[in-house]
Amino acid sequence: MFSAVARQLLPAFRAMIVMTLLLGLAYPLVLTGFAQVAFSDKADGSLVRQDGKVVGSSLIGQSFDGLPQYFQSRPSAAGDGYDPLASGASNLGPENGDLLAAIEERRTAAAELDGTAPGQVAPDALTASGSGLDPQISPAYAEQQVARVARERGMAAAAVRRLVEEYTDGRSLGFLGEPGVNVLLLNLALDRASGKAD
Amino acid sequence: MSDTLAGLLQVGALIAALALCWRPLGDYIAHTLTTTKDLKVERGIYRLIGVDSKSDQRWTVYAASVLAFSAVGVVLLYALQRAQDHLPWSLDLPGVDPALAFNTAASFVTNTNWQAYSGEATMGHLVQMAGLAVQNFVSAAVGICVAVALIRGFVRSQSDRLGNFWVDLVRVVVRILLPLSVIAAVLLIGLGVIQNLSSGTDVSTLVGGHQTLPGGPVASQEAIKELGTNGGGFFNANSAHPFESPTPFTNIVENFLLLLIPVAMTRTFGTMVGDRRQGIAVLAVMTTIWGSLVVLVTTLEVNHHGTALQAAGAAMEGKETRFGEWASALFAVSTTGTSTGAVNSFHSSFTGVSGGGLLFNMGLGEVAPGGVGSGLYGMLVLAIMTVFVAGLMVGRTPEYLGKKITSREIKLVSLYILATPLIVLIGTAIAMSFATPRASMLSPGSPHGLSEVLYGFMSAGNNNGSAFAGLSANTTFYNVALATAMLLGRFVPMILVLALAGAFGRQQKVPATQGTLPTHGPLFIGMLTGVVVIVAGLTYFPVLALGPLAEGL
Repeated sequence: MFSAVARQLLPAFRAMIVMTLLLGLAYPLVLTGFAQVAFSDKADGSLVRQDGKVVGSSLIGQSFDGLPQYFQSRPSAAGDGYDPLASGASNLGPENGDLLAAIEERRTAAAELDGTAPGQVAPDALTASGSGLDPQISPAYAEQQVARVARERGMAAAAVRRLVEEYTDGRSLGFLGEPGVNVLLLNLALDRASGKAD
Repeated sequence: MSDTLAGLLQVGALIAALALCWRPLGDYIAHTLTTTKDLKVERGIYRLIGVDSKSDQRWTVYAASVLAFSAVGVVLLYALQRAQDHLPWSLDLPGVDPALAFNTAASFVTNTNWQAYSGEATMGHLVQMAGLAVQNFVSAAVGICVAVALIRGFVRSQSDRLGNFWVDLVRVVVRILLPLSVIAAVLLIGLGVIQNLSSGTDVSTLVGGHQTLPGGPVASQEAIKELGTNGGGFFNANSAHPFESPTPFTNIVENFLLLLIPVAMTRTFGTMVGDRRQGIAVLAVMTTIWGSLVVLVTTLEVNHHGTALQAAGAAMEGKETRFGEWASALFAVSTTGTSTGAVNSFHSSFTGVSGGGLLFNMGLGEVAPGGVGSGLYGMLVLAIMTVFVAGLMVGRTPEYLGKKITSREIKLVSLYILATPLIVLIGTAIAMSFATPRASMLSPGSPHGLSEVLYGFMSAGNNNGSAFAGLSANTTFYNVALATAMLLGRFVPMILVLALAGAFGRQQKVPATQGTLPTHGPLFIGMLTGVVVIVAGLTYFPVLALGPLAEGL
């Protein structure tokens, strides 16, 4: 068997080189060229600009911790929170004590911040996402935050709610996945609507 | 629309899309691997490789070619990772450590795509493109080649030849995987998956923080990652990462892609053996198991049992808002049933019994519907076992597709069925016996900790690659142990399958008689499903009882 394998090593080596050139260079580079010509915005990561300056990507969430005038993102396990170079989840199991403690801590903080009954806090406000970069929150979590954001900004709740609706993506094709509210785009729109609110 | 209705429509749309592609793609694969005509570009490649495309190989030579090609793959991928700091497009990342580089090379060559590293922090664009993505293509092609060689063993009569590995390899890549990947990648790019060569964009966030947005040729890799049932994410968060899968639409496309070829291969099988009902029977078994697990895992996730999940009010830990519980459960079952191992949500945080269901799905040997090629040959081996068991019951010499199951064949089948569980259970036992590997658990001293280790070896031995990522697996012990498990779990079964193909090919076909057990009716479908579940159940029940079941109860 060993000598039979040895006899195939030369074609194996040549085949791997050919495949590397075809699949490892030609294929991705041609597609990159195509993407840059046909879909450059998307191919570059759907970057969001404000006053000509890139402030993030509409696909990658950001942290708004400690700033009550902004809608808050979900808890994140990516690095110190929303670090795109350290994407990932907590991986804590369903019976894990640390996870339970984190959930209760988040519940207390969110209930206090939003003036919600602790039992009513939205589940995605209590749990870290899979990527740690989730750009969205559920419509329920957004609704939970509307009154607070409106108060902090001196805006009418109805106006804030209108913006929330504008930045809510429904299910794809009406039935795929779940609806979600894009937090970064919503907060940018709030800043535009209320003048820079700081 | 209610969550339940949307969720059911989502599952229905996936099944409908697969059903539409099953016949044309399955027949196209069969045509590709049976035609005598070479394309011009293929003739050019044969000349470069230096092989005679008209020469047929014996099973031993076919197996030797598989092993030689894979060995060269491991060596080159190892070297590329070690040397990445001297090569362009490395993003200033250092060369990969020896143990991790070996683990990753073994992982991608075996179609496992276990990742002990975090993509964005370890691999530059060149390694991703010219190393990892190349193995995504060719390891998938190797799986299809071996499955087709087994089919030829059934089809051919009194022949010791199974085809030419190099021809099969080149055709699968040039005519099947590459064109499908291009279509899929273009679609994903149009839907928002990134495709660039940027080394990252530094941004000041809205509130004055700092983020570095990573770049990379992601869509091109994402396409073959799913299509080849590989599963190795460009980024650590895999298909949960918004740059790999930005919308629920890209999510369902990726879910579809990872099931596409394994499902279509059942049609290829039926077409090649000249009796399409045989392929439908195999597909029926795969669908039954996959469907049952989709129902089980979805129900469990939606009801989110478990202390922490009950406290949160939904099983959203480790899940993305845009996917939710339904799409996450569907993807989890599909990925563990296909040897893909891509994840759009993190299985470690699923409910305890869901985690057990996913483990069991891998433990079945990944035949529902299994990895590209490997799912089909795994299921055919179990079909032979089923015919044998049925033959014992009625006292007749068992036959499958006109070939007798004699003692030589049944020995090979038994070895095949035993190989992976031995690797998984012995590997887990060794890891649990020593303090150092035990220290890698995120939940030491609990059933969840055992699940983490078991999941690691189950994933490696079955060439899945998904992880109960709580385990800190980037240690010398796990890198070497899991790499060994992956290599043995890939090539021992493959050699046994090729030996089996050789044994069948040499036999003369016997005509079916009244006493032959039909292998296409509901009776056989039921028996085969039973054998698949019982074999895996008897093998893994004790350890599942100690891990996920103990946790879920």
